[in-house]
Amino acid sequence: MEIPYTVAERPDTGLNNVKLGIWLFLASEVMLFGGLFSTYVILRVGGVDWPLGAEYLNIPIGAFNTAVLIGSSVTMVMCFASLKLGDFAKYKTYMGWTLVLALTFLVVKGYEYYEKVSHDHLPSHSTFLAIYWTMTALHGLHIVGGVIVNGYFWGPGSKLWHQKREMFENRIEAAGLYWHFVDLVWIFLFPVLYLL
Amino acid sequence: MSGSPEETKKHIDIYMKVAGALAVLTVVTVLASYIDVAVPLAIIIALIIATAKGSLVVSYFMHLVDEKSRSLAIALALTVFFWLVLMLVPIMTTSDTYGVHKPLPNANATHAEDGAH
Repeated sequence: MEIPYTVAERPDTGLNNVKLGIWLFLASEVMLFGGLFSTYVILRVGGVDWPLGAEYLNIPIGAFNTAVLIGSSVTMVMCFASLKLGDFAKYKTYMGWTLVLALTFLVVKGYEYYEKVSHDHLPSHSTFLAIYWTMTALHGLHIVGGVIVNGYFWGPGSKLWHQKREMFENRIEAAGLYWHFVDLVWIFLFPVLYLL
Repeated sequence: MSGSPEETKKHIDIYMKVAGALAVLTVVTVLASYIDVAVPLAIIIALIIATAKGSLVVSYFMHLVDEKSRSLAIALALTVFFWLVLMLVPIMTTSDTYGVHKPLPNANATHAEDGAH
Protein backbone atom coordinates (compact mmCIF):
# COMPACT_ATOMS: atom_id res chain seq x y z
CA MET A 1 0.00 0.00 0.00
CA GLU A 2 1.34 3.42 -0.91
CA ILE A 3 1.53 6.16 1.72
CA PRO A 4 -0.91 8.88 0.66
CA TYR A 5 -0.06 12.56 0.09
CA THR A 6 3.71 12.16 -0.12
CA VAL A 7 3.56 13.94 -3.48
CA ALA A 8 -0.04 15.10 -3.95
CA GLU A 9 -1.36 18.02 -1.93
CA ARG A 10 -3.75 17.22 0.88
CA PRO A 11 -6.98 19.11 0.25
CA ASP A 12 -7.28 20.18 3.90
CA THR A 13 -3.74 21.53 4.43
CA GLY A 14 -2.93 22.61 0.88
CA LEU A 15 0.48 20.91 1.21
CA ASN A 16 1.84 17.43 0.74
CA ASN A 17 2.75 15.67 3.98
CA VAL A 18 6.49 15.84 3.32
CA LYS A 19 6.46 19.63 3.19
CA LEU A 20 4.10 20.04 6.13
CA GLY A 21 6.22 17.61 8.15
CA ILE A 22 9.53 19.38 7.49
CA TRP A 23 8.00 22.80 8.27
CA LEU A 24 6.64 21.53 11.60
CA PHE A 25 10.06 20.04 12.38
CA LEU A 26 11.67 23.39 11.57
CA ALA A 27 9.16 25.11 13.86
CA SER A 28 10.42 22.89 16.70
CA GLU A 29 13.99 23.81 15.73
CA VAL A 30 13.09 27.51 15.96
CA MET A 31 12.08 26.90 19.57
CA LEU A 32 15.27 24.91 20.28
CA PHE A 33 17.59 27.63 19.01
CA GLY A 34 15.21 30.33 20.30
CA GLY A 35 15.73 28.98 23.83
CA LEU A 36 19.49 29.30 23.42
CA PHE A 37 19.27 32.80 21.93
CA SER A 38 17.01 33.81 24.83
CA THR A 39 19.61 32.39 27.24
CA TYR A 40 22.34 34.35 25.46
CA VAL A 41 20.40 37.63 25.74
CA ILE A 42 19.75 37.11 29.46
CA LEU A 43 23.39 36.28 30.16
CA ARG A 44 24.62 39.14 27.98
CA VAL A 45 22.45 42.00 29.23
CA GLY A 46 22.44 40.72 32.80
CA GLY A 47 26.21 40.34 32.99
CA VAL A 48 28.32 43.02 34.66
CA ASP A 49 31.21 42.30 32.33
CA TRP A 50 31.05 40.72 28.87
CA PRO A 51 33.91 40.35 26.39
CA LEU A 52 33.66 41.49 22.78
CA GLY A 53 33.45 38.48 20.48
CA ALA A 54 36.61 39.64 18.70
CA GLU A 55 38.60 39.19 21.93
CA TYR A 56 38.19 35.43 21.60
CA LEU A 57 37.06 34.86 18.02
CA ASN A 58 38.52 35.55 14.59
CA ILE A 59 36.10 37.77 12.61
CA PRO A 60 37.60 37.13 9.12
CA ILE A 61 37.30 33.36 9.69
CA GLY A 62 33.72 33.75 10.90
CA ALA A 63 32.86 35.98 7.92
CA PHE A 64 34.48 33.44 5.57
CA ASN A 65 32.37 30.65 7.05
CA THR A 66 29.25 32.82 6.68
CA ALA A 67 30.03 33.27 2.98
CA VAL A 68 30.66 29.52 2.64
CA LEU A 69 27.32 28.64 4.20
CA ILE A 70 25.41 31.21 2.11
CA GLY A 71 27.16 29.77 -0.95
CA SER A 72 26.00 26.29 0.03
CA SER A 73 22.43 27.59 0.34
CA VAL A 74 22.66 28.93 -3.22
CA THR A 75 23.95 25.61 -4.58
CA MET A 76 21.26 23.77 -2.60
CA VAL A 77 18.44 25.84 -4.09
CA MET A 78 20.02 25.28 -7.51
CA CYS A 79 19.82 21.50 -6.90
CA PHE A 80 16.05 21.79 -6.66
CA ALA A 81 15.83 24.16 -9.65
CA SER A 82 17.93 21.73 -11.72
CA LEU A 83 15.56 18.88 -10.92
CA LYS A 84 12.60 21.09 -11.88
CA LEU A 85 14.33 21.64 -15.23
CA GLY A 86 14.87 17.86 -15.54
CA ASP A 87 18.67 18.23 -15.53
CA PHE A 88 19.91 15.42 -13.30
CA ALA A 89 23.60 15.94 -14.14
CA LYS A 90 23.44 19.56 -12.97
CA TYR A 91 21.64 18.42 -9.83
CA LYS A 92 24.55 16.07 -9.05
CA THR A 93 27.07 18.87 -9.63
CA TYR A 94 25.25 21.37 -7.43
CA MET A 95 24.69 18.80 -4.67
CA GLY A 96 28.39 17.92 -4.86
CA TRP A 97 29.26 21.59 -4.36
CA THR A 98 26.81 21.84 -1.47
CA LEU A 99 28.63 18.96 0.21
CA VAL A 100 32.07 20.46 -0.48
CA LEU A 101 31.00 23.81 1.01
CA ALA A 102 29.40 22.12 4.04
CA LEU A 103 32.59 20.14 4.68
CA THR A 104 34.64 23.33 4.23
CA PHE A 105 32.50 24.97 6.91
CA LEU A 106 33.12 22.02 9.26
CA VAL A 107 36.88 22.00 8.63
CA VAL A 108 37.10 25.76 9.34
CA LYS A 109 34.97 25.34 12.45
CA GLY A 110 37.18 22.44 13.53
CA TYR A 111 40.24 24.69 13.14
CA GLU A 112 38.55 27.35 15.27
CA TYR A 113 37.77 24.76 17.95
CA TYR A 114 41.37 23.51 17.84
CA GLU A 115 42.58 27.08 18.41
CA LYS A 116 40.20 27.49 21.34
CA VAL A 117 41.25 24.21 22.96
CA SER A 118 44.97 24.95 22.49
CA HIS A 119 44.50 28.32 24.27
CA ASP A 120 42.48 26.63 27.00
CA HIS A 121 39.39 28.61 25.93
CA LEU A 122 37.02 25.86 26.98
CA PRO A 123 33.36 26.29 28.06
CA SER A 124 34.46 26.35 31.71
CA HIS A 125 36.68 29.39 31.02
CA SER A 126 33.86 31.96 30.91
CA THR A 127 30.11 32.38 30.41
CA PHE A 128 30.77 33.81 26.93
CA LEU A 129 32.76 30.75 25.89
CA ALA A 130 30.18 28.42 27.45
CA ILE A 131 27.37 29.89 25.32
CA TYR A 132 29.70 30.10 22.27
CA TRP A 133 30.57 26.39 22.48
CA THR A 134 26.99 25.34 23.17
CA MET A 135 25.42 27.28 20.29
CA THR A 136 28.09 26.65 17.66
CA ALA A 137 28.43 22.95 18.56
CA LEU A 138 24.66 22.44 18.31
CA HIS A 139 24.69 24.27 14.99
CA GLY A 140 27.68 22.16 13.88
CA LEU A 141 25.75 18.98 14.70
CA HIS A 142 22.96 20.23 12.45
CA ILE A 143 25.51 20.74 9.67
CA VAL A 144 26.75 17.16 10.17
CA GLY A 145 23.14 15.90 9.96
CA GLY A 146 22.64 17.88 6.75
CA VAL A 147 25.83 16.47 5.25
CA ILE A 148 24.65 12.91 5.98
CA VAL A 149 21.22 13.51 4.39
CA ASN A 150 22.59 15.46 1.40
CA GLY A 151 25.35 12.90 0.94
CA TYR A 152 22.74 10.16 0.77
CA PHE A 153 20.72 12.07 -1.83
CA TRP A 154 23.88 12.77 -3.82
CA GLY A 155 24.88 9.09 -3.75
CA PRO A 156 22.65 6.03 -3.30
CA GLY A 157 19.44 7.99 -2.68
CA SER A 158 19.64 9.65 -6.10
CA LYS A 159 18.54 6.40 -7.76
CA LEU A 160 14.99 7.38 -6.84
CA TRP A 161 15.12 10.08 -9.57
CA HIS A 162 15.05 7.35 -12.22
CA GLN A 163 12.05 5.64 -10.62
CA LYS A 164 9.86 8.32 -9.03
CA ARG A 165 10.90 11.81 -10.10
CA GLU A 166 8.27 13.79 -8.22
CA MET A 167 8.98 11.94 -4.98
CA PHE A 168 12.71 12.63 -5.37
CA GLU A 169 12.05 16.33 -6.08
CA ASN A 170 9.96 16.48 -2.91
CA ARG A 171 12.72 14.93 -0.85
CA ILE A 172 15.28 17.38 -2.20
CA GLU A 173 12.92 20.26 -1.47
CA ALA A 174 12.54 19.04 2.14
CA ALA A 175 16.32 18.57 2.50
CA GLY A 176 16.75 22.06 1.06
CA LEU A 177 14.33 23.61 3.55
CA TYR A 178 16.33 22.05 6.37
CA TRP A 179 19.64 23.24 4.89
CA HIS A 180 18.40 26.82 4.43
CA PHE A 181 17.23 26.80 8.04
CA VAL A 182 20.72 25.78 9.19
CA ASP A 183 22.09 28.68 7.11
CA LEU A 184 19.49 30.99 8.66
CA VAL A 185 20.62 30.07 12.20
CA TRP A 186 24.25 30.85 11.31
CA ILE A 187 23.17 34.22 9.83
CA PHE A 188 22.08 35.16 13.37
CA LEU A 189 24.86 33.32 15.23
CA PHE A 190 27.67 35.09 13.37
CA PRO A 191 26.90 38.71 14.38
CA VAL A 192 25.67 37.74 17.85
CA LEU A 193 28.79 35.78 18.82
CA TYR A 194 31.57 37.25 16.67
CA LEU A 195 30.71 40.91 16.23
CA LEU A 196 28.96 42.12 19.39
CA MET B 1 8.27 26.20 -6.28
CA SER B 2 6.27 24.58 -9.07
CA GLY B 3 5.46 25.24 -12.68
CA SER B 4 6.97 25.43 -16.15
CA PRO B 5 10.69 25.55 -17.10
CA GLU B 6 10.26 29.26 -17.94
CA GLU B 7 8.97 29.91 -14.43
CA THR B 8 11.88 27.93 -12.95
CA LYS B 9 14.36 30.00 -14.99
CA LYS B 10 12.78 33.19 -13.62
CA HIS B 11 13.23 31.76 -10.12
CA ILE B 12 16.91 31.08 -10.86
CA ASP B 13 17.37 34.77 -11.78
CA ILE B 14 15.82 35.70 -8.43
CA TYR B 15 18.11 33.23 -6.58
CA MET B 16 21.17 34.90 -8.09
CA LYS B 17 19.96 38.36 -7.09
CA VAL B 18 19.22 37.13 -3.55
CA ALA B 19 22.70 35.53 -3.39
CA GLY B 20 24.23 38.89 -4.35
CA ALA B 21 22.15 40.72 -1.75
CA LEU B 22 23.21 38.22 0.94
CA ALA B 23 26.88 38.68 0.05
CA VAL B 24 26.55 42.49 0.23
CA LEU B 25 24.67 42.32 3.54
CA THR B 26 27.34 40.01 5.01
CA VAL B 27 29.99 42.63 4.19
CA VAL B 28 27.73 45.34 5.66
CA THR B 29 27.33 43.26 8.85
CA VAL B 30 31.11 43.09 9.33
CA LEU B 31 31.63 46.79 8.50
CA ALA B 32 28.80 47.86 10.83
CA SER B 33 30.50 46.08 13.71
CA TYR B 34 33.43 48.54 13.44
CA ILE B 35 31.14 51.56 13.99
CA ASP B 36 31.71 52.85 17.50
CA VAL B 37 28.25 52.83 19.07
CA ALA B 38 26.79 51.72 22.41
CA VAL B 39 26.23 47.96 22.83
CA PRO B 40 22.37 48.09 22.73
CA LEU B 41 22.48 50.06 19.44
CA ALA B 42 25.14 47.73 18.02
CA ILE B 43 22.93 44.74 18.87
CA ILE B 44 19.92 46.40 17.20
CA ILE B 45 21.91 47.23 14.01
CA ALA B 46 23.35 43.70 13.80
CA LEU B 47 19.96 42.10 14.34
CA ILE B 48 18.26 44.35 11.75
CA ILE B 49 20.82 43.29 9.11
CA ALA B 50 20.58 39.63 10.19
CA THR B 51 16.77 39.82 10.02
CA ALA B 52 16.97 41.28 6.48
CA LYS B 53 19.28 38.43 5.42
CA GLY B 54 17.09 35.84 7.15
CA SER B 55 13.96 37.22 5.48
CA LEU B 56 15.58 36.84 2.06
CA VAL B 57 16.54 33.23 2.78
CA VAL B 58 13.10 32.31 4.14
CA SER B 59 11.16 34.18 1.44
CA TYR B 60 13.06 33.07 -1.66
CA PHE B 61 15.31 30.08 -0.92
CA MET B 62 12.62 28.46 1.24
CA HIS B 63 9.91 29.64 -1.19
CA LEU B 64 7.68 31.08 1.50
CA VAL B 65 6.56 33.89 -0.85
CA ASP B 66 5.00 31.25 -3.10
CA GLU B 67 3.25 29.29 -0.36
CA LYS B 68 -0.51 29.70 -0.26
CA SER B 69 -1.30 27.10 2.41
CA ARG B 70 -3.40 28.46 5.27
CA SER B 71 -2.33 25.61 7.55
CA LEU B 72 1.32 26.53 7.05
CA ALA B 73 0.58 30.21 7.66
CA ILE B 74 -1.13 29.37 10.96
CA ALA B 75 1.68 27.01 12.03
CA LEU B 76 4.35 29.62 11.27
CA ALA B 77 2.39 32.46 12.90
CA LEU B 78 2.13 30.35 16.08
CA THR B 79 5.85 29.60 15.88
CA VAL B 80 6.71 33.30 15.61
CA PHE B 81 4.36 34.13 18.49
CA PHE B 82 5.83 31.52 20.83
CA TRP B 83 9.36 32.44 19.77
CA LEU B 84 8.62 36.02 20.82
CA VAL B 85 7.26 34.77 24.14
CA LEU B 86 10.40 32.68 24.57
CA MET B 87 12.59 35.71 23.88
CA LEU B 88 10.64 38.37 25.77
CA VAL B 89 9.27 36.78 28.93
CA PRO B 90 12.63 35.77 30.48
CA ILE B 91 14.11 39.16 29.54
CA MET B 92 11.21 41.10 31.07
CA THR B 93 11.31 39.10 34.30
CA THR B 94 14.92 40.14 34.90
CA SER B 95 15.00 43.58 33.23
CA ASP B 96 15.03 45.46 36.57
CA THR B 97 18.37 43.88 37.55
CA TYR B 98 20.40 44.48 34.37
CA GLY B 99 23.85 45.82 35.08
CA VAL B 100 23.42 45.34 38.82
CA HIS B 101 26.09 43.17 40.39
CA LYS B 102 24.21 40.40 42.13
CA PRO B 103 26.51 37.75 43.63
CA LEU B 104 25.22 34.29 44.24
CA PRO B 105 23.94 33.73 47.83
CA ASN B 106 27.00 31.67 48.75
CA ALA B 107 29.50 33.71 46.70
CA ASN B 108 31.26 35.12 49.77
CA ALA B 109 30.91 32.02 51.90
CA THR B 110 34.70 31.70 52.18
CA HIS B 111 34.98 35.26 53.53
CA ALA B 112 32.24 34.60 56.04
CA GLU B 113 34.10 31.52 57.24
CA ASP B 114 37.36 33.52 57.39
CA GLY B 115 35.64 36.18 59.47
CA ALA B 116 34.32 33.57 61.88
CA HIS B 117 37.80 32.40 62.75
